[in-house]
Amino acid sequence: MIELAYSRAADAADAIRRGQDDNARYLGGGTNLVDLMREAVETPSALVDVTGLSAEIAETEDGGLLIGAATRNTAVAEHPVVRARYPMLTRAIVAGASAQIRNMATVGGNLLQRTRCTYFYDSDGSRCNKRSPGAGCDAIEGFNRMHAILGASPACAATHPSDMCVALAALDAVVHVRGAAGERAVALCDLHRLPEDRPDRETVLEPGELITAVKLPRSDLAGHSTYRKVRDRSSYAFALVSVAAALELNGDAIADARLALGGVAPKPWRAWRAEELLRGRPPTEDTFLEAADAELAMARPLSGNAFKVELTRRTIAAVLRQLSEGGHR
Amino acid sequence: MPIIINGREVPAPADARVSLLDFVREHVGLYGTKKGCNQGACGACTVLVDGERILSCLALAVQYEGRAVTTIEGLGSNGALHPLQQAFIDHDGFQCGYCTPGQICSAVGMAQEVARGVPSHVTDDLAATEIALDADELRERMSGNLCRCGAHNGIVDAIAEVYAGAGA
Repeated sequence: MIELAYSRAADAADAIRRGQDDNARYLGGGTNLVDLMREAVETPSALVDVTGLSAEIAETEDGGLLIGAATRNTAVAEHPVVRARYPMLTRAIVAGASAQIRNMATVGGNLLQRTRCTYFYDSDGSRCNKRSPGAGCDAIEGFNRMHAILGASPACAATHPSDMCVALAALDAVVHVRGAAGERAVALCDLHRLPEDRPDRETVLEPGELITAVKLPRSDLAGHSTYRKVRDRSSYAFALVSVAAALELNGDAIADARLALGGVAPKPWRAWRAEELLRGRPPTEDTFLEAADAELAMARPLSGNAFKVELTRRTIAAVLRQLSEGGHR
Repeated sequence: MPIIINGREVPAPADARVSLLDFVREHVGLYGTKKGCNQGACGACTVLVDGERILSCLALAVQYEGRAVTTIEGLGSNGALHPLQQAFIDHDGFQCGYCTPGQICSAVGMAQEVARGVPSHVTDDLAATEIALDADELRERMSGNLCRCGAHNGIVDAIAEVYAGAGA
C-alpha cells in the first residue's frame, strides 16, 4: 500500500510550493492520473489539487484568448468566442473522450495526459521504455496498429492521445508555465518532446513546474477551420488519424494554411512541410495530396500500421477540400 | 468539509485514494451506482455533481468535498420514479440493468447540456444556441454509456420520450 497525501492548492504560488516534492503530482480532473495510479504506472505520494486555480476564459487586448489551466474541457468547447473564432478547437474537444470525461478534465491535464499504449499501461506483463527507461518496448514488434508513423524512435512509438492539443498546435497556442524559478511561456508545438532514447521524458517542463494557462493568439485564419477524427467507431474512441486545419483563400490561391495531425505521432504533430507547400498554390486535389505527401515522406510505419500513411494522406486532402469548398464539418 | 450525497451530508473519507464510486457504494451504502470497467470506458458509474454528469470511478472522493452529488437513488422523489426511470421501463431500456443507473444519470446531465446549448461532435452549426435533440445528437451525446445487452434502441427511445418531445 502506498500512502497518499492530498492537499488543495489555494493559488498558483501555493501549488508550486507544494509541488516541489519529487514524488508530488498536480491533480486536475483525475481522468488520466487516477487511472494511471490504479494501474501502478504512476505512484505519487502526494497529490496537489489544482482544480481551484484559474478556470477563467478571458479575451486579451491583442484579440486573443487566455484560458485558465483549470478550465474544464466542456467549458472551453462551449465558449461562444471559441466556437466563433476557433471552431477547430471546439470540434477537437467534442471529438474526444465522452461528455462525462470532458466535464471533469482540465485544460492543463489534457496537455499532460499520457499515451494510451496498452503496453505502457500493462505494468505487470509488458516491457516499456516510457514506464521503465531501458527496459525495452513490446509495441515495436507487437500490436502496433494504433501507434505512430511520424516522429517515433526505436525506443518508443506511442502516440499522444489528445484531440484538443492537435487543434492547439495548429492554432499556435502558447502554454503559460510557472515554477520555483518563475514564469515562462512555451509554444504548444515545443511543449512535448519526441521520444528519441528517453521516451519517459515527455515534455520540456521541469519537475514541479505547473501549467497555469493556455493563450490562443488572435487568428483571422482560425475562423475558417475544422477538425476531423477518423476512428474505429463513430464516437468515444481514440484517433487512428485526426486532422486540424484552417485555410484562407485569396482568389484562386491558398493565401495561408494551418495543419496539424493527431493519432500518428508521439506529440501533437504540426505539419509544417505541408503548410509551406500549400501557400500560394491553387486549392486543388493535386495540391492537397502533394502537401500531404510532403509531410508523409518522413513516415516510418511499423508492422501493423502502414494503413495509417494512406489514411492520413486521404484525410488531409478531404479536410482541405472541405474547407476550400466552404464547409465546416 | 462533508460531501453532500442526495441531500445528505457525509464526512469525506480520510484515505485520499478512495474513488467517489467506492465512496458512495462502500462507505455510504448506496449500491445503485455501478462499477463496470473502473477505468472510464463504460459510463456505468456516472453520477451528477452539482447537476453535471461525471464518472465517479475516475474521481477521488476527497476532491468533491462541499459538492452536491446525486446518484440514481436521489433522482426520484417521495417514492415516485423519475420520469426517465419510468420511460426506461416503458421502452425496455435495459435487459440486465447493470448500465441503467449510469445511463439515466447521464441522460439527466445530457439534457442540461442540450438546454445550455453545448455543441456535440455531430452539431452542424457551432453558432446555434438551440440544439434539437434528434437521433444523431442523442446517440452521440450518450456514447459514453455502453450497454452490453444491446438495449440501446430502447434506451434512445426512453430518453427521446422524456427529452426530445415526440421522439428521436
